[in-house]
Order: sequence, then structure tokens, then C-alpha cells
Amino acid sequence: MNELVFFINNVIVAGSVTGSIYAIGAVGVTLIFSIMRFAHFAHADMMTFGAAMVLLLTLAFPGVGSAVGLPTAVVMLPLAMALTALLAVGVDRAFYKPLRAHGVKPIVMVIASLGVTLMLQGVIRLFAGTSGRSLYIGERKEIYRLELPFEAITRPVIVTEPQVILFVLTIAAVVGLHLFLSRSRLGKAMRAMSDNPDLALASGINTNTIVAVTWVIAGSLAAIAGTLLSLDVTFKPDLSFFLLLPIFAAAIVGGVGHPYGAIAGGFVVGFAETLAVFNWTVLLRPFQQHFPGWLELPRNLAFVGTEYKIVVPFFILVAILVWRPTGLFKGKVIT
Amino acid sequence: MPLLEARDVYGGYGGMNILNGVNLAIEADEIGVIVGPNGAGKSTMLKAVFGLLAVSQGEILLRGEPIHNLPANKLVQKGMGFIPQEHNVFPSLTVQENLEMGAYLKPENVKRMLEEVYAFFPPLRDKRHQSAGELSGGQRQMVAMGRALMAEPSLLLLDEPTAGLSPLYMNEIFERVKEINAAGVGILMVEQNAKQALAIADKGFVLAAGQNRFTDTGAALLADPEVARSFLGG
Repeated sequence: MNELVFFINNVIVAGSVTGSIYAIGAVGVTLIFSIMRFAHFAHADMMTFGAAMVLLLTLAFPGVGSAVGLPTAVVMLPLAMALTALLAVGVDRAFYKPLRAHGVKPIVMVIASLGVTLMLQGVIRLFAGTSGRSLYIGERKEIYRLELPFEAITRPVIVTEPQVILFVLTIAAVVGLHLFLSRSRLGKAMRAMSDNPDLALASGINTNTIVAVTWVIAGSLAAIAGTLLSLDVTFKPDLSFFLLLPIFAAAIVGGVGHPYGAIAGGFVVGFAETLAVFNWTVLLRPFQQHFPGWLELPRNLAFVGTEYKIVVPFFILVAILVWRPTGLFKGKVIT
Repeated sequence: MPLLEARDVYGGYGGMNILNGVNLAIEADEIGVIVGPNGAGKSTMLKAVFGLLAVSQGEILLRGEPIHNLPANKLVQKGMGFIPQEHNVFPSLTVQENLEMGAYLKPENVKRMLEEVYAFFPPLRDKRHQSAGELSGGQRQMVAMGRALMAEPSLLLLDEPTAGLSPLYMNEIFERVKEINAAGVGILMVEQNAKQALAIADKGFVLAAGQNRFTDTGAALLADPEVARSFLGG
């Protein structure tokens, strides 16, 4: 039965971790698309920027965390969220707003966001360095071992401290976003503008305010997602390279423009990735005696090697665009 | 002083003029109706009044104050409401959320106005938690009118409110427009159903090729044999 624990550790836990990160990133992409109608390619770098801010703040004030019993990086997260939100609004004012005012085609905005991506990558390397860094500076990553109350199971389910923090923050972000969109005046106005921008204007909704609010939310969420990923593994200045494709796949799988779809899409892509690299031999080995003699289980039976993990979201993206371009929740089609 | 006055308005899209000198004026308690053949610039004129179209020449005055080329949210603040012909609801929002958006600039009035709108359009109360995209055309028009009324406008602009509706709903909408006007809201409406619309109009403006062809009271236009022959189908 230890194989089951292996499955829980390598698929359930790992899938939820990746899924949460993709979900929070994809929500930002989908919100920006539904308000401004363009695919924001710089989003993954905003995530990295948020994590870089956490790194710099943690380096500057290393002892803060121990005072409250949390990793310093988590204590610094709200500040990093504010900084990333500020960056997002600033980038919009400087680069996207003038283009919007000219009424350019969405593809022009997309290309502009590619430019922003390159610029952000430079800025991140300039301040946070080019090498990978742990966000745990002078601290220890707590590891929780949960023993399952079955005699046949001797191995524990392993969850690390950053993963627990990640689950808590993901749930908080999703609940918070839901309450904002369904209860608050601004949240409803945001959905109204996504539905029908002209009518939103005719109702007296100031669409510039909504655009700014969208950037604040997307920027803060990006900072959360980037930081959580860096906490779980390590901070790397080229994180965005591994994030961009999965978060866009997640947003499209969920149906672009649907925040809840993006969350679902994030978990679909996250679990698809972990299932694809999972070594199925581990689960099949106990049944070896039932197999015909000529069939020998290979040592590693995964759909793709870990180093090719990135092809999974790419495959999902292509498949969904071919067979169901509106996504699971009937979203808009990116043009 | 008229509630709304347009003096010699020119305007169009991309340098092409659709409006070639339109004049209209309505008082605070009046219903004004713009009729005319397709392509006469009826809806374009309404859009010009609501600032959705650049006015190149002439002026539009609300209570004597120039308003042309003001952004829509400023016009809403000044008491103007606009109901477009198509895409006049937020389809994924519930009926109630649609109405709340109408009072976006006056959140303190939401509760009171919701009660008033539900009393005015009782079917909407039962459907308040349904998304507006699931409603029939007539019910959607009610949501659209309700949304505009939530802002307590002093002037309501309606772009072909009865387009595509069954005769039953058509009469209902005309009745409702009369009631809204009786409650003290000035109305400027573009209509295809010219006869019915002119019958409730205090002022009628017959446009052709972006210019006033006839301007008179609704009753006088209906009685005019020349208007009848050229614009009302005999």
C-alpha cells in the first residue's frame, strides 16, 4: 500500500501545488483579457517580478519572519503584492494605455506585452541576479510527515511548509476573488464591462477605474503565484519561461474570460502535467504476478520524461484550440 | 429653455458625414420621436446626443449647456440615460445586477430604485436572480429600460425600443414609455414603427439623408398627407 502513498505524494500533492500556481496565474490572464481584450504575454514575468520583490525584501530584512513564526518570504508577500500591483498599473499607464487610446488591434497589444516581457526580464536580472536563489534565507523549510493510520502503510504523506501556505493562500485568493466579483460594486462593474463595454460606459461606469482595478488584482495575484512557486522550489529569474505556456493553456482550457474556468483550467493543466511525468510502474508493480511472463514492466513507465514536462500544457493547448476553442466554460475565442 | 436642443448638427464616422444639419428640441415633459427611412441618420443622431459620435459642427445643449463630445459617464451624471437598440443588457449578469449597474453612480439609491423598478416592471422581480442573457427580447427590453431608470434620469434616449418585438410587447413598451414620461422624464426615441410612435409623440422629427424633412407635433405629422405618403407607407 506504500505505492498509494507514493501516488498521493507525487500526484495529488504535487498536482495540487502546480495546479494552484497555474490557477492563480491564469485568473490574471483571463481577467486582463476580459477587460482589455488582449492576451497579456508579460503576465508570467509579472509573476517572476513578484517573487523577485519577495527575494529582495527577504534579503533586506532577513529576521522578520522568526518574530511571527512564518517564513520571512511570506511576511514580505503583501508588500511584494503591492509593488507588483504598482508595476502592473505603471506598465499599463506607460505602454498599454497610449495604444488603447489609439484604438489599436489586439495583436498590437500582444506584441507590446512581449516587449514588456523582455524589459521585465532585464529588470529582474538587474536587481535579483541571474542565478537561482532559495527564498528561505537562513531559515529551514519545515517538512510535515503525516503517518496514515493503516498497518500496511509505513511511509508518510509528505507536505512541506510552503505547500501548506500555498494551499491556504490559494483558497483565500479564490474565495476573496469570488466575493469581490459577486458581491462588490466594483467587482460587478468589472463583470459588466467584460460583458458589454459600451453599455458599461453608458451606465456611467468609469472604465479607466475598472482597468486600473483589473491590473491591481492581476498584479497582486501574479505576485502570489510567483512567490508560491519560488517558495516551493527556488527563485529563478527565468521562471516565466516555464510558466507562460501552462498559464495560457489553463486560461484557454477554462474558457477565456471566465475566472472560475481559469481556476479549473489551472488544476486540469497542473494534474495533467504531474500525471504525465508520473512513473506508473510503481502502481503496476504489485500486480506483476498477474501479468503474462513475457511482459516485463520497464523501470520507468511515464508518458513523458520530467525534462519534457512543458510539452504537456503545449499539447493540451493545441488540443483544446482544435477541438473546443471556447474552452470548458464557453469563453471568448482569442483573436 | 428646452431640455434638449440640437442646432444644426453635423457628424459621422471616419470623415463621412451622416448627419448634415439636424435640428431638434424637446421640453422637459415631452416625448420626442425621430422617424425616417433606413439610413436617414436616426440612430446616428441619438448616438451624437449621447456623445458616442464625434460632432463635427453645430451644438447639442442640455438645459442650455453644451454637452457635445462629453464622455458618457459625465452625461449620465447630468441626468441622461441611453438605451441602445442591440446589446442593451449585460447577458452574464443577473437581472438585479443589471439594474444595480444602472445606479452605479448613485449606490446609495440602489435599494429604493430597485423597489421602484420592480413595481414598474413586476415580471423582473420574479426573474431577478436569472441571468439577463436567458430572457426573451421583450423582457430584455424591460431590463434595459429598468437599468436606465435606476439612475433617475431627466432625459431618456431610446434607440428603436420595439425592434424585433411581438405586437403584444410593442404596445406594452409604448405604454411604458408614456408612463415614464408622465412621471416627468423627457424622452427622445428613434422608432421604425412610425405611426405608433408619432401617436404618442409631442414632437416628431422626420429625418431623411441626415437632415430634418418635417418637424412638427406628432399629431400634425400623422395628419399631414405628404408625410403619410412618403414616410408612413400611405
